[in-house]
Amino acid sequence: MKQYWRRNVRYLLILLTIWFVVSFGAGILLVDLLNEIQFAGFKLGFWFAQQGSIYAFVILIFVYVRLMNKLDKEFDVDEK
Amino acid sequence: MDVQGWTFLIVGLTFALYIGIAIWARAASTNDFYIAGGGVSPLANGMATAADWMSAASFISMAGLISFMGYDGSVYLMGWTGGYVLLALLLAPYLRKFGKFTVPDFIGDRYYSNVARTVAVICAIIVSFTYVAGQMRGVGVVFSRFLEVPVNVGVYIGMGIVFFYAVLGGMKGVTYTQVAQFCVLIFAFMVPAIFISFQLTGNYIPQLGFGSQVADGTYLLDKLDNLHRELGFAEYTGGTKSMIDVFAITFALMVGTAGLPHVIVRFFTVPKVKDARLSAGWALIFIAILYTTAPAIAAFARTNLIETVSNQAYEEVPQWFSNWESTGLIAFDDKNGDGKIQYVAGEKNELTIDRDIMVLANPEIANLPNWVIALVAAGGLAAALSTAAGLLLVISASISHDLIKKQLKPNLSDKEELIWARVGALGAVLVAGYFGINPPGFVAAVVALAFGLAAASFFPAIILGIFDKRMNKEGAIAGMVVGILLMLFYMIKFKFDGFGGGTQADWWLGISPEGFGTIAMLVNFAVSFSISRFYPAPPTDVQEMVEQIRYPRGAGGATHH
Repeated sequence: MKQYWRRNVRYLLILLTIWFVVSFGAGILLVDLLNEIQFAGFKLGFWFAQQGSIYAFVILIFVYVRLMNKLDKEFDVDEK
Repeated sequence: MDVQGWTFLIVGLTFALYIGIAIWARAASTNDFYIAGGGVSPLANGMATAADWMSAASFISMAGLISFMGYDGSVYLMGWTGGYVLLALLLAPYLRKFGKFTVPDFIGDRYYSNVARTVAVICAIIVSFTYVAGQMRGVGVVFSRFLEVPVNVGVYIGMGIVFFYAVLGGMKGVTYTQVAQFCVLIFAFMVPAIFISFQLTGNYIPQLGFGSQVADGTYLLDKLDNLHRELGFAEYTGGTKSMIDVFAITFALMVGTAGLPHVIVRFFTVPKVKDARLSAGWALIFIAILYTTAPAIAAFARTNLIETVSNQAYEEVPQWFSNWESTGLIAFDDKNGDGKIQYVAGEKNELTIDRDIMVLANPEIANLPNWVIALVAAGGLAAALSTAAGLLLVISASISHDLIKKQLKPNLSDKEELIWARVGALGAVLVAGYFGINPPGFVAAVVALAFGLAAASFFPAIILGIFDKRMNKEGAIAGMVVGILLMLFYMIKFKFDGFGGGTQADWWLGISPEGFGTIAMLVNFAVSFSISRFYPAPPTDVQEMVEQIRYPRGAGGATHH
């Protein structure tokens, strides 16, 4: 059971790191650097801040749902 | 048919739909009233959460704000969506497993203390009331512009509708009405966006049109940057806020979102832990549809606006300009007397525009048919009413469940508690209506700060309650009290001139009151953590409870005890 919780926390750390990188990283801290790059009609940093980060958030939640459903089964703590 | 005829027709039809749903989904028990019987499907709950979450501010004001803020508007886009990642990963599944009715329920039980419960109830009521007053006002404004009734009559009509389905149906009625309201509001938001995107860029999808070329072959955003440079404004894609402030505001909005009681409580309504996780994902998809379209609308509207009015003769402005001028939301002052509109940065500017009208005026600016304009009015009402109803339920449950049942009269039967819940909802509707008619001047300012308050109080207490087994009541209470007081102090000092006041130059670390929730939250964490180590660990049964909520199996329906 300790193992289950540890795996859960590890998933959280990985996913939250991505969460931080796409929004605070690409959209805010590195925005000027990324704005040098043109992506379709957007400056890349601006695109991350107003579009890309939101798409990434949606994907992150669904990845989390998948990972946890598998983990629950593996440790036999899923709901019957 | 003219705009007003269409508006009566569409608004009337949607209201009839909401009332029909309310009659169909009446609440028979407190279980129905607080958490819709715990049997809502993740998809339906996702839609209801999205409608609950997207208020008049998201629907009416946000695109307009971004339109005038450019890159700086990203704080709302990221802040109000990124919080759902925190909610899905760190809160929703565990709180669902805990399986009670309200957020103060969790705080009270986890910290084995009625003091903690009461602190949580007070925070929940402060946050919810500031929020709901703004919603009722939004209802009144939409009514007065599109149906030409006085603002106050609009507020009464709104109160009547919310009263009907919130008091009768409780969470059950509200959930299914919110599903319908989501459909109305998203349709109303997307139709004009698609029309305008096509007109301007030839691309039907606003998210792609946003990055496409306009008629003269330049990219829309490059063109907008150029227009801004010519007129002396900061570049649209550049912004003017400092990086640390953008960072702090975004963080405070995210964490605040995850700490808002009316959002959290929605995840108590699904049958399983698994559903709570999935439901957060659905909610964010539905929210993302609007939130990825809004910045596109903002850029389209900004371009259209500049092209239509800049350096045009005042005599030749289109009809919509005069329409909105009569409401006082657009004003032209011909300072140099040349009869042309100079819309530029600095003192020579002759045009003032209220940011709130961008979404409402957009269909008129783009010459869209009358039924689209009416649809936008119905969408704005759906957004305001759905959020108001969700907040009223939090207030009613705080009173009937957290105060009366849990503290004053523990022997209350389920039937009696249900009566109290309805009385609480009625009281809340009346108070909200009062604030809608007599809005205190600070409502708009406080709505943004409600996030800071939620971030500074609830978020750390809930997170530590789940992830730190050693956290005890002393630490949590001290953290919540210090966090919310610090936040209140900062906002009173810099927003309302209390405690000696101060200007932007005096902000701590250059962080605005809107972003200060981030600092107050960090202080809350630090205080909770250090204080808790000086006092004994929580009792074994509480530690076992924490252990229990970490594993999904055995999540039954929500219960009283």
